[in-house]
Amino acid sequence: MFYREAGDFKTSYVEDSQTFPIRFDRWRYYAVVILAVAVVPFFINDYWANAVFVPFLIYAIAAIGLNILTGYCGQVSLGTGGFMAVGAYACYKLMTAFPDVSILIHVLLAGGITAGVGVLFGLPSLRIKGFYLAVATLAAQFFLVWLFNKVPWFYNYSASGQISAPERSVLGVAVTGASATASAKYLFCLAILFVLAWLARNLTRGTVGRKWMAIRDMDIAAEIIGVNPLTTKLSAFAVSSFFVGVAGALFFSVYLGAVEVGEAFGIQKSFLILFMIIIGGLGSIFGSFAGAAFLVLLPVLLKNVLVGQLGWATDLAAHVELMIVGALIVVFLIAEPHGMAQLWRLAKEKLRLWPFPH
Amino acid sequence: MNVANPEGYTTPDGRRIGGVLMEMKNITLRFGGVNAITNISFDIRDGEIRAIIGPNGAGKSSMLNVISGFYVPQEGEVWFKGYKRGPMKPYQVARLGIARTFQNIALFDGMSVLDNIMTGRLTMMKSGLLGQAIWWGGAQREETENREKVEKIIDFLEIQNIRKTPVGRLPYGLKKRVELARALAAEPKLLLLDEPMAGMNVEEKEDMSRFILDVNDEFGTTIALIEHDMGVVMDLSDRVVVMDYGKKIGDGTPDEVRNNQDVIDAYLGVSHD
Repeated sequence: MFYREAGDFKTSYVEDSQTFPIRFDRWRYYAVVILAVAVVPFFINDYWANAVFVPFLIYAIAAIGLNILTGYCGQVSLGTGGFMAVGAYACYKLMTAFPDVSILIHVLLAGGITAGVGVLFGLPSLRIKGFYLAVATLAAQFFLVWLFNKVPWFYNYSASGQISAPERSVLGVAVTGASATASAKYLFCLAILFVLAWLARNLTRGTVGRKWMAIRDMDIAAEIIGVNPLTTKLSAFAVSSFFVGVAGALFFSVYLGAVEVGEAFGIQKSFLILFMIIIGGLGSIFGSFAGAAFLVLLPVLLKNVLVGQLGWATDLAAHVELMIVGALIVVFLIAEPHGMAQLWRLAKEKLRLWPFPH
Repeated sequence: MNVANPEGYTTPDGRRIGGVLMEMKNITLRFGGVNAITNISFDIRDGEIRAIIGPNGAGKSSMLNVISGFYVPQEGEVWFKGYKRGPMKPYQVARLGIARTFQNIALFDGMSVLDNIMTGRLTMMKSGLLGQAIWWGGAQREETENREKVEKIIDFLEIQNIRKTPVGRLPYGLKKRVELARALAAEPKLLLLDEPMAGMNVEEKEDMSRFILDVNDEFGTTIALIEHDMGVVMDLSDRVVVMDYGKKIGDGTPDEVRNNQDVIDAYLGVSHD
């Protein structure tokens, strides 16, 4: 009833092309932002930060990154885990080499380095498409993980072969290491996600985004209207890898603290993030959030209900979780290829007319 | 009316046609051992509506693909605006000011009508990746300016009501019109239309014919079109090239072509006795 565009007139093209054209949507968005910034940090504890909020924020960054490449530009990638590893190791090397520099700079530089690596592995996309490209990015995944295991320079010759994050701070507040508080970690990740999501939204609604989508929908027609496939695909790889690299750096430094590359950034991570954008919605920023939230919350929920309430064995609950996720992937691919974002959009279209549909 | 005059000529309805805009010189295109186009030359004058006709498989679409850069001919030269064009990729040809539509619609199904037409202006939009990411100042101003141009074309083609509809949901006739809009958004010097009226009913054909004439008249766009409907071709075009089996068998005004014995033979068949 309150969800209406009638009477909400736009008198300029700038107003018409804003992110939330319906007033109710705008208010809801402000409410969520205020809740996230001004309420959650005061109530967050270690359990909520480590089980739900911090992984959700980091996976959302990675999902937006992969969505730019796969959902917007149509280039399937199975190398997300490998690119996250690049971000993590770049961040680690920077943190240990320049201990006095703010961790924020390190995280962003790690994203930049990952962007470069992403462009390198994106070069085959000019020749190959679809499944074949997916296999090429799979090669990137295995190669990068192998590289970080094989070359001791990357983990500073530590005996265990692991990398672990020393304590670093932003504006005097520790965000990595043992003494970082839950709310500091949360706010640091939230700030980065907020800025990156905003940048992603701007990119996807403008010229760059149209070029990506043109390549995705029909590359021949894209070329005929003047889209250079080379620079367009590589820009998608660069931007996507930047996001994924930042996510990898945060995943290592803020969330886990210590990382063994094959375990944290293996092929299952690539699939997890791919599942996030399939369930959440390909080609939608909101879908990236929804997918990340869903796949982060589902295990927590199942664990609490199945193990905590019903008293099942932990391994049984873990297997049930795998089955549920697998079934959901199949259901979404068949019934709603555009994911939860599309369901949300349909619900909004219905709501716009409710309760008088004529 | 002397259509061979290099300075241009005036059509019977009083439109002034200029000098040569595009010239194809001795074009030969082969696929393996098959000659799709054999030694064809013709020109397109500034401001005219030029039709390419011929039976199925005559090489018309191949010719259009040569002009738009999809195929590079083995022999021959393409001259545009007085310069010889080297081998170019299609996106480079687009930047010269040549836009086209396709026989089977080639729109971006996942995007709205507005976004599809906006893609037509990509070559005019210069703001970089970082400027766009921040969406402040230049990028936003550029978006608004181009949106205004696109809105004019939307008005012109009378598709205001479907502006925000995803293209995948539109019926065939409207898709054709959106594709024309996307090509027009590029403000092309030369517009190539590959069977703009294929599969349309009489009313839709009349609409499309009107749009083609209006585009030529109001924007001064030179148009080269392929079409099978002879009535439409003879009514719309100033000059016609006729192709058959990859060769040029006729070239001239609609009246000349209609009375050309080779053309009549190609269309009606000829007895081999």
